[in-house]
Order: sequence, then C-alpha cells, then structure tokens
Amino acid sequence: MSFEVMLRQLTVGFGQTCLIFFLTLIFSLPLGMVVYFGRVCRIKPVSWLVKIYISIMRGTPLMLQLLVWYFGPYYLWGMNIGGYKLTAILLGCSLNYAAYFAEIYRSGIESISKGQYEAAALLGYSKGQTFFKIVLPQVVKIVLPSVTNEVITLVKDTSLVYSLSYIEMFAVAKQIAASQTTVVPFFIAGVFYYIFNYAVAWGMELLEKKLDYYR
Amino acid sequence: MSLLEMNHIRKSFDGVEVIKDISLSVEKGEILAIIGPSGSGKSTLLRCATMLETIGGGEIRYLGKRAAWMEDGKPVFPKKQELREIQSCFGLVFQNFNLFPHFSVMKNITDAPIKVQKRKKEEVYAEAKVLLEKMGLSDRADAYPYQLSGGQQQRVSIARALAMKPQMLFFDEPTSALDPELTGEILKVIKNLAAEHMTMVIVTHEMNFAKNVADKIIFMDKGVIAEQGTPKEVFSSGNARMKEFLGKLEND
Repeated sequence: MSFEVMLRQLTVGFGQTCLIFFLTLIFSLPLGMVVYFGRVCRIKPVSWLVKIYISIMRGTPLMLQLLVWYFGPYYLWGMNIGGYKLTAILLGCSLNYAAYFAEIYRSGIESISKGQYEAAALLGYSKGQTFFKIVLPQVVKIVLPSVTNEVITLVKDTSLVYSLSYIEMFAVAKQIAASQTTVVPFFIAGVFYYIFNYAVAWGMELLEKKLDYYR
Repeated sequence: MSLLEMNHIRKSFDGVEVIKDISLSVEKGEILAIIGPSGSGKSTLLRCATMLETIGGGEIRYLGKRAAWMEDGKPVFPKKQELREIQSCFGLVFQNFNLFPHFSVMKNITDAPIKVQKRKKEEVYAEAKVLLEKMGLSDRADAYPYQLSGGQQQRVSIARALAMKPQMLFFDEPTSALDPELTGEILKVIKNLAAEHMTMVIVTHEMNFAKNVADKIIFMDKGVIAEQGTPKEVFSSGNARMKEFLGKLEND
C-alpha cells in the first residue's frame, strides 16, 4: 500500500475523530453547566444523585463506560444496537466530560468573591443578570486553562472508541498496521493527533489573550 | 417622615448576639457617622440596613414603608416589586470597592442604570461623564479597575452608587483599605457630597472626619449604642467606654 493511500484512509478516519470530538464538546460544555447546577442544588436528593453521578464518571474508565453505553441496552433489554454506535459514543463521551466540566465550573464559580454578588444585589441586578453578566464572564476567564487541559485530553480520548470497533483514525491506523505489517500508520496518526492538539492549544491561548484585558 | 428608621434591631450569628436592640433614624439631608471599636456591630448594622443581612428582630422602614420585619419569629421582606422600589432608595459603598473587574470604569457606572433601571443610554452616559468629572476621573473612563489605584477605584464605586440616583448613601469603612494619602481623596469626595446635602450613613474609623462632617454620631460598643448625639456632645461625653476608645486613638 502506497503512502498516499494510507494517508487518504487515515484522513477519512480523522474526519470521524473530528466528528466525535466536536459533537462531544458541543454537548458536554453546556451539559457541564447543568450538572454544576444539579451539584449545588438546594434540594438534597438532587445534589446527592449528581454527586454520585460525578463520582462514577470520574472513578471508572471511559472505555468501560463506552462499552456499557453500547452493549448495555442489548444485554439488558435485547435492544437492536445496529445503528446505535455513534449515539452510544456521544452519550458516553459527553456524559463523562460533562462531569469533569461541572467540577471545573464549580471551582471557577466558587472563586468569585461574595462581594461581587453583594455589589450586584445593591445595584438591583436580578439573579439571572448577576449570573450571566457579572459572574459567568469572570468564570470563563478563570476556568479557561483547566478547560484547555480537558479539551486536549478529549482529542486523545476519541481513540478509545476503537473498543467499539468504530472506524475513526486510530482504528484505521490499527487496521493498516496489522494488514501491511508496518508501524508507519501509527506515526502518521500520532502526527495528526499532535497537530490537532497544537491547534487546540494555540486557539485556547488566543482566547486567553483576548480575555487578558482585565485582571 | 424619616428616610430611614431602624427600630429595635437585633441580630445574632450562631447564637452570639452582635446587635442588641438598636434603634436609630436618619432624616433627609442628615449625615450620620457610626463609630466604635472593631467587632462592635457597626458593619453588621449597616449590612442589615442595606438588606445584605436578614435581621433577627425589630423592623426597618424606608420613607415609612416596611423594608424588613419579623413574622412568627422569622425575618420577612416585602414583595419583589416593593422591595425593588425600597432598594432603589439607597446605595452602598463597600470597604473593598467590589467593582466589576471585567467592566471598564464607564460600564461599571452605566450598566445598572441602563440594564436595571432601563433608563436611556445617552442620558445615563451623559450623567456618568458628569459624575466622573466630579470624581476627578474624566480621563479614566475607559480604564479597567485593575489599572486604578485604590483611591481611584473607591471613587469609581462612589460614582457607580450615585449613578443609580439613590436618596441616601451608606459607606462601610470606605477608607479602611487605603493609605492615608488615598484616604484624603475619598474623604474630600464625601465632604463634597455633604455640601450637596446628600443623606449619608458612614461607618468609619476616621474620628476627625466624623467630627467635622457628621450631623450626628453614634458610638457603638458590644452591639449597643453606647453614646449618641452631635459630634460635640459625643466627643466631650463622660462615657467611660467612649473616653477609653478615643484615648487609645489619640495615643497612636
């Protein structure tokens, strides 16, 4: 197999990697906020449940969670899981990352001083206005470095879906390596991951710089 | 009718009573200074008056309207709409400014009048410019709080409170976080407000300032009003605790 063919096949796989990556981010970033609100909910059973959820998401391997999301419905209810693979992957990745994001948001929100809330209250801002206009913009700046960390980890974690035989870049690389008995596809895949993450880090740094106008 | 009335206010934290049955009133145009040692309950009293803290007993009225009172042993506030009206009566200047760091000076001042009071943008901006000029900060409108000195930040926070057009202003130790030079800046601003007959309640450790600017002084100690009256009366009072407090200050 020529280098060009390899590259083309891996690029197709990379498209799937990107798909999983972006969809997971789109779902998990806002979902993390919902999980945060559940975590600090005043209704005790809700916050307990969310705490247990976060604990499980962080305490077990993502690969295992993916297997459970995919095969669970079949073993439990005999569900036909034919066209369900991508859904299971997005469910597993999004719910896992939302748990991490929720904790990052929590640390950011808790670092906003009480004085900010009091000043906002005195000026008559509603609770919603206080959160969205005063608190959230400051939180974004605070949590950005931690979020960058998670996002970079997610790029690499997309390779875990090969355990469900989902054909993305890593699975393609493994297939080619086995059939052609060569290590080259692994190198190429490695370069793809590295460049992708370099771009992510560069983009996030740009964002951080953009928020550098205040301290 | 008094602008502010606090009747038999009580407040405890974890069973420790920090305010024990305090009553006071503030008339329109009056300047009240509250002095006393740390831990005497001055700031807590102010926080109760501005409704940042619930009361544990008594009632608070603004312009005769109940702002906080007790029902079945629990503190109650009026309904949302009425509460908003009452809250718009007063502004508060904090000890550590509490400016919004991600807003420019101009936005710190204009955002609430525009977004909360729904006033016209042009009108609010024009007023903010006048306020900034008064505070000697005309050239800092586009700066961010971190770029300003403590004194400048405090002047912005005074402008921010004034932009809401309150009928009275509370100051919670407005100079405690500042060095003597910057303290002077702030005291001058407050004096100018006094000259415009702004109603003010000032918790402060600046005795000379309180003596010069206030119409009435309350000396608090251990959660009660130990002495009150005109500056002259209070500073020449025979109250032992007051004498001890002032004596210590003078020895410094």
